Amino acid sequence: MALLTEFCVAQNALPDDPTPAPLHTTPLDQWHRKHGARMVPFAGYAMPVQYDLKGDLAARCKGGVMAEHLHTRAHAGLFDVSHMGQAMLTGPNVAMALETLVPGDIIGLKPGRQRYTLFTNPAGGIIDDLMVAKLADDRLFLVVNASRKDVDFAHLAENLSETLTVMENRALLALQGPEAATVMARLSPEAAALPFMGIVATKIAGVDCLVSRSGYTGEDGFEISIPAAEAEAIADALIQQPEVVPIGLGARDSLRLEAGLCLYGNDLDELTSPIEAGLTWVIGKRRKMNWDFPGGMVMRDQLDNGPVRRRVGIRPDGRAPARGQTTIVAEDGTEAGLITSGGFGPSVNGPIAMGYVRKDLAADGTRLNLIVRGKTIPATVVPLPFTPHRYIR
Amino acid sequence: MAKNADKRFTKEHEWVMLDGDIATVGITDHAQEQLGDLVHVELPELERAVVEGESCAVVESVKAASDIYAPLAGKVVEINETITEDPSIVNSDAEGEGWFFRLELEDPDVFEALMDQDAYDEYLETL
Repeated sequence: MALLTEFCVAQNALPDDPTPAPLHTTPLDQWHRKHGARMVPFAGYAMPVQYDLKGDLAARCKGGVMAEHLHTRAHAGLFDVSHMGQAMLTGPNVAMALETLVPGDIIGLKPGRQRYTLFTNPAGGIIDDLMVAKLADDRLFLVVNASRKDVDFAHLAENLSETLTVMENRALLALQGPEAATVMARLSPEAAALPFMGIVATKIAGVDCLVSRSGYTGEDGFEISIPAAEAEAIADALIQQPEVVPIGLGARDSLRLEAGLCLYGNDLDELTSPIEAGLTWVIGKRRKMNWDFPGGMVMRDQLDNGPVRRRVGIRPDGRAPARGQTTIVAEDGTEAGLITSGGFGPSVNGPIAMGYVRKDLAADGTRLNLIVRGKTIPATVVPLPFTPHRYIR
Repeated sequence: MAKNADKRFTKEHEWVMLDGDIATVGITDHAQEQLGDLVHVELPELERAVVEGESCAVVESVKAASDIYAPLAGKVVEINETITEDPSIVNSDAEGEGWFFRLELEDPDVFEALMDQDAYDEYLETL
């Protein structure tokens, strides 16, 4: 038995790297191990990929990617995402300043609200995707990908004169699932009352937290930023709730794939534009007047003339998953594109994938062929997401 | 008698049982645990001749795909289609109902050269 592919490979974290750099750990490292986590390298961190849950938690969910995934869709899951980069960007004109690096409307973002946006480059490629929250008119809270935080923070420091404070001693937890709001109502009614993409400074178990109503699963849920020293106490307070069990990165990946959400490094990179990625909605209405952000003109041209390729959902026939980097060919045998994320969707109960195909092959219902281990697997272009989003509106 | 006295193992985490010159092959309980929930199994074609160490089946879990190698040289004479219909059988009974295929061995004597349970357990300790 030899591992052919593993989802962590896409993110500079080859398990069999002959000279691995020492891994960073999150503030919950020991907590994960105590709860039966199997730890794997991911983006330079030791992270739980799945749990062999024990005691009371095992009675709620037996653990493993499949059970953890289904538990999150049915109840609520707790994810440690402390590997992600958190930073505060402050200054009197901070929103205007950030708009020079992202296509989103940050000036128009109301205090107490958060928005998904992108750092783009002059060629129209994506440097990273991130969350920006406006805590006050002069104060933005940023959450960026673990694998890109060094690049992102250097990019901000180089291009903006605003004060960037990287929050090293913070943990980030995500509580996700249809019962997340019920759980949150017991811990912080203020946070439970947030609208989708709202953010509030509140207390959970006496600890100052920054809670937003957001996530990466397609479910309702919250992301909770807390001081590292309090991470275990908050994680304990959350798993003491009968709806909640800890969930690993394996299920995080299958949940986001079913939700049609992009993973930087797989589905987005510096050679992929937001238009190709189907993220045109990220460009603020006001920003489309001037296109005055990195790569704006390239994106306008792509919108006018159509991008050469598009990100689409793909359902392989049968049961065999088609993983990232699988070649896609058209029915006439010509080259069609590449799968960028693929696996098995536990809620879909079948193989699912996302990838980029030639624009003439991007329509829903288009039949394609996938080349998996030398064999041809027929597949169909389908709308994303695979499982409907259930965000609170 | 020692546990699984009639079973042999490979470093690639396959198990083999011999009946005459017919070897039944599967993946070990350790392997299924490492792989996690299996969602798909691809078995070799009947009559296929394989050499020792040749990749001849694939298992896919939610998060990964893995090759299964022929532990010994021979010809595929039977495959367990029950596990292609329900791969979770491999998770629940890897070293029993979850067998993969049967090989008619070229040389049944090489079976004894594989690791026994004690040697395999010792090998697992080194991983």
